[in-house]
Amino acid sequence: MQDIVVVGGGVGGTVTANLLAEELAAELAAGQVRLRLITDQPDHVYKPAFLYRAFGRTSPPAYRRPQRELLHPAVELIVDPVRRVEVDPRRVAVESDRTFPYDYLVLAAGSRVVPERTPGLGEAGEQFYTEEGASRLYRRLEQFAAGTIVVSVIGVPHMCPVAPLEMAFMLDAFFRERGRRDQVEIVYTYPINRCHSNPAIAQWAAPELEARHIRVETFFNVERIDPARKVIETMEGTELPFDLLIGIPEHAAPAFLEASGLTKDGWVPTDRHTLEVKGQEGMWAVGDVTDLPVSKAGSVAHYQAATVAANLAARVRGLPPVARYNGKTFCFIETGSDAGTYVEFDYDHPPKPVRASRWIHWAKLAYNQTYWLTARGVV
Amino acid sequence: MPEYVIDREIDARGSACPGPLMELIRALKASEVGQVVAVLSSDQGSKVDIPDWVAKAGHKLLAAEEEEDGATRFVVQKAR
Repeated sequence: MQDIVVVGGGVGGTVTANLLAEELAAELAAGQVRLRLITDQPDHVYKPAFLYRAFGRTSPPAYRRPQRELLHPAVELIVDPVRRVEVDPRRVAVESDRTFPYDYLVLAAGSRVVPERTPGLGEAGEQFYTEEGASRLYRRLEQFAAGTIVVSVIGVPHMCPVAPLEMAFMLDAFFRERGRRDQVEIVYTYPINRCHSNPAIAQWAAPELEARHIRVETFFNVERIDPARKVIETMEGTELPFDLLIGIPEHAAPAFLEASGLTKDGWVPTDRHTLEVKGQEGMWAVGDVTDLPVSKAGSVAHYQAATVAANLAARVRGLPPVARYNGKTFCFIETGSDAGTYVEFDYDHPPKPVRASRWIHWAKLAYNQTYWLTARGVV
Repeated sequence: MPEYVIDREIDARGSACPGPLMELIRALKASEVGQVVAVLSSDQGSKVDIPDWVAKAGHKLLAAEEEEDGATRFVVQKAR
C-alpha cells in the first residue's frame, strides 16, 4: 500500500486531498493507496472573511465549516498539530506522539503572522490576519470617533497582497457611511516607492487612494513601534504618529517546517512549475509555504492543488507527471463597501485591473458563499 | 570573472505580485550585512525600480547583467 499524507487543512491541502480522492478512487477502494490529511484544528476557515469580519460584516457560521464535511469520504482526517516532518524514516509526527508514514507528502500548512518580529507591534497595533485580530479590530473601529488610522504594510511577503489596499478603501467607506469621515484621517504606508508592489496595480490604486483622501507614505519601512508615544519609527529615520495602527505583520511558515529542516530562508524551496520540493523525493508544496515569487493567496493554493494532485496521482500509477503550474493567480479587490475590481495573471501575463463595479463586488460576495464548492474540489 | 560570490539567488522571472523588487527585499532581510543577493527579473520595469530602490535603501548594486532570455540578473550587496 502506498501512503499519501497531506499536511494542512486550508484551501491548498483540502483541494489537493479531494482531487486526489477523486482521481485515485479505484486505488483507494482497492486498498492500494491510503490518503490522509493532517490539520491542527477541526474547522476549515475561509480566511478572506477576516477582512469583512473587521467591519462587522460577517460572523463565524459564514466562514467556518467542519473540515470533515468538506473532505471526500475516502480521505482519513487527523486533527492533531504536526510536531515534525521526518524524511528518514518518512513519517509525520504529531503532538499526541502518533506518527504517520508517507510515500508521498504534500506540504500545505499555510503561513502565520509573526507580529512579535517587529518591536512594539504586538502591543500597539491591530491586524486582521487572524480571526481574533479581525474581531478585535471591529470592536475598535466601531468605537473610533476621531483621529488618525494608519494602515501600514510591514511584512514582506504577506498573505493577500491587495488586502492592505482593500482595508484602506473599506475604512474610507465605513466612516463615510457613519458620517464621521471628516474626523478620521486615514494613512496608508508601503515599503517601496509606490503604493503596491505590482506597477499596474499601483498605477490603478494611486488615484483611487487620492480620490478618497487617503494619505499615502511610500518608501516607508517600519523598524519599530513606540507603544507609549503611539508612534511608528522607520528605517528611513521618520516618525509617524497614530491613534489606531492596523499593521500588516511579518509572516512566516509554520514553525514545525523550519524545525524539520525543510525551509530555506524561512520558506519551502519549491519548483515553480512542478511544485516539487527541491532536494526531496516524492514531496510537493502548495500555497503559502513555498518560496515561490507568487502571491500568498488562496487562489494560488487552489490552482496549485490541481497540478500537485495530477502529478502525485501520476506518480502513484508509475506514469510521468506532466501537469505544470503556470503562476495563475486571481484576486478580487474590494474598493469600498459596494464596488470592487479584480486581477488575473500568471507567469507570462501581468495583471491589469479593470474598472471597479458593483457587479464585481457582488461576484466577490457570491464567491464568499460558493467557496465551499472550491474546497470540496468541485469548482 | 565577477569579484563577488552570490549567497542567495531568486528566480523572479514572470513574478507579477509581489514582484522582483519585493523578492529582493525579502532576500536582503534574510541576509547578513555584506552578503550578496541576486534576483532574476523579466520585468522591464525592474531596470529602473531595482537600482532606484537599492540606491535609496543604501545597499550596493554590484551588477545588472542581461541574460540570453532577455531577463536581467541584479546583484546586490547588503550594505546596512
